[in-house]
Amino acid sequence: MTRVFTDLHLRVNHKDQQATQQIINRAARFGYSLVSIPFTSAMRQEELAKLKAMSTDVGVDFVSRADFHPRTENDLTHFLRKFRRQFEVISISCDTKEVARQAAKDRRVDLLSFPSLDYHKRFFDRAEAELASGCLAALEVDVKPLLVLEGPSRVRLLMSLRREVAVAREFKVPIVLSSGVAEERFMRYPRDMASLAYMVGLDEASALDAVSTNPEEIVKRNRVKLSNRFVAPGISIVKEGKT
Amino acid sequence: MKRVKRRYLALQLECEILPTEREFIDAVWAAVTKLFGEVGASTTGLSLISFDLNRKIAVIRTSLAALNIVKASVAVITGIAGKEAAVHVLAVSGTLKALYSNVN
Repeated sequence: MTRVFTDLHLRVNHKDQQATQQIINRAARFGYSLVSIPFTSAMRQEELAKLKAMSTDVGVDFVSRADFHPRTENDLTHFLRKFRRQFEVISISCDTKEVARQAAKDRRVDLLSFPSLDYHKRFFDRAEAELASGCLAALEVDVKPLLVLEGPSRVRLLMSLRREVAVAREFKVPIVLSSGVAEERFMRYPRDMASLAYMVGLDEASALDAVSTNPEEIVKRNRVKLSNRFVAPGISIVKEGKT
Repeated sequence: MKRVKRRYLALQLECEILPTEREFIDAVWAAVTKLFGEVGASTTGLSLISFDLNRKIAVIRTSLAALNIVKASVAVITGIAGKEAAVHVLAVSGTLKALYSNVN
């Protein structure tokens, strides 16, 4: 079965149409089938329609995604209540331990991400992984810092990532590998992204899953949930009777 | 002595100004050494087989045991000879014949 390669984190400013078009075109050329550009606030339907049309033209499926940096737990729950049903993927950047724990145990959160530079704020430990494994959250790893950083900062990042990946695998938390790039020159082929995961201790099959199966499953699951026919997990409307 | 198994990689260069063969292979060596150290680099048995300037395709050879090291290092390259560049792996094969048939 051919893999559906996914990049859920193209960090281009969607208001810059030319740059967005170029980065989506390149993603299509590189063999990605699902791409996403994160929104940080409410998304306008016409903006989304434009991005979807832009992507469909080059044979790529666009996924709506929201990134949020909550300061407190209340902030997080407020955001989720407001935006969960508007976006197909919700990613939470965890800057505090309280937020990280709350995000890991909330079933509305899809992706957990942590700051690349401040390794004191990488809270993905065993407790976090245990909470995430009981829910649906996946650990998101951005590849861009591995390309941009050098020397001790890259060493520290690799050290943290290797530990987090090992913990995630132990607790069966899915890992999602994204590019996190804003510039075309840092974009890589999906298999090259998977190769980079070798540095953080992922074997080839798991690394390929992290750029294909794992993100694809999140998108599929949420699309089912957001459809009009969804009632509850395992229950959906098959046919409506006449009144 | 056990025969060393090798793999050939076809690499696509993406850059505005074309580097020379020397600059290209130096960039690959530098990336391997930077990421995996001199001991890691010494296990790769890296060598440049061909360098097609027109198509911007290079073929390199490495030992099978160090294939992941080389693939990761090549993906990390962001510049060659001081100029912005990216290198993508187009194909990996055990023989040059199969590699060229894949790429062509």
